[in-house]
Amino acid sequence: MRVRILVSFKESVLDPQGQTVKNALLTLGYGFVRDVRQGKVFELVLDGISEPEARRIVPELAHKVLANPIIEKFTWEILEDEKKV
Amino acid sequence: MKFGVVIFPGSNCDHDTYYALRDVLHQETIFLWHKDHDLRGVDCVVLPGGFSYGDYLRSGAIARFSPLMQEVREFADRGGVVLGICNGFQVLLELGLLPGAMLRNKNLKFLCQYVHLRVDNAATRFTRRIPRGRLLRIPIAHFDGNYFAPAGTLKEIEAGGQVVFRYVDEKGEATEAANVNGSAGGIAGLINKRGNVLGMMPHPERASEALLGSEDGRLIFESLVHQ
Repeated sequence: MRVRILVSFKESVLDPQGQTVKNALLTLGYGFVRDVRQGKVFELVLDGISEPEARRIVPELAHKVLANPIIEKFTWEILEDEKKV
Repeated sequence: MKFGVVIFPGSNCDHDTYYALRDVLHQETIFLWHKDHDLRGVDCVVLPGGFSYGDYLRSGAIARFSPLMQEVREFADRGGVVLGICNGFQVLLELGLLPGAMLRNKNLKFLCQYVHLRVDNAATRFTRRIPRGRLLRIPIAHFDGNYFAPAGTLKEIEAGGQVVFRYVDEKGEATEAANVNGSAGGIAGLINKRGNVLGMMPHPERASEALLGSEDGRLIFESLVHQ
């Protein structure tokens, strides 16, 4: 099973890298870009674990390791193409 | 006093710190390997600067899970003295021994320069030998030193006198320009409530001898040694 976890800064945290990317996009003429938030993507390949177990454990490990809950939040999903197999 | 300097893969101020403690302060000092499980009877654990695990994931995030760090956590819980410098501070934040987290510097640049620090709490075991009103001139060298904590936590830290060092200008004023990395409240160094764990971004070991350009950092080590 493959899962994808997306970690990004909480809204309350200033994201200077996202701001810099936004400014570059504006400079290039993409004036409709209102905001940019930069984050990190993790793709995990899981073995020997059921989907219900994954639904319990993936948020746990994301909270404990992949994201720092003081400044970051995360979303995650089981990759659909894998799910059908 | 017996010091233990922890080495992680990627630590690069471990030998500087060892030198400052052993050769400048004349204290018994040993290295502690991150995979060990024994603090070997040290009185103070020092987490040195560097880029533990290449700063992968987040600064200090992987080092936090080292076997030795579980010992350090228990040591700190028992009241043991822990000093985290730069990357060591980041590890202490990730470990939860100190509140808050580090963000990238506000100007997105690696900053390597001298800063002025005001000692806002001179009653700690890390600062008690620093003369009142004395500003410290100590270098910083970091990418992720922009201290962040939620508003409620910041309030608690300030009210509890946990801010030990603050970035100021040469007159001692906490101006925006002097707060080079954009830290909340200009916080450069932070102590836990119990007063036995200190984290600081500036490098006192790099300011421990006149030959290095400043001796101000030595005052922090001297405070520790001469209780």
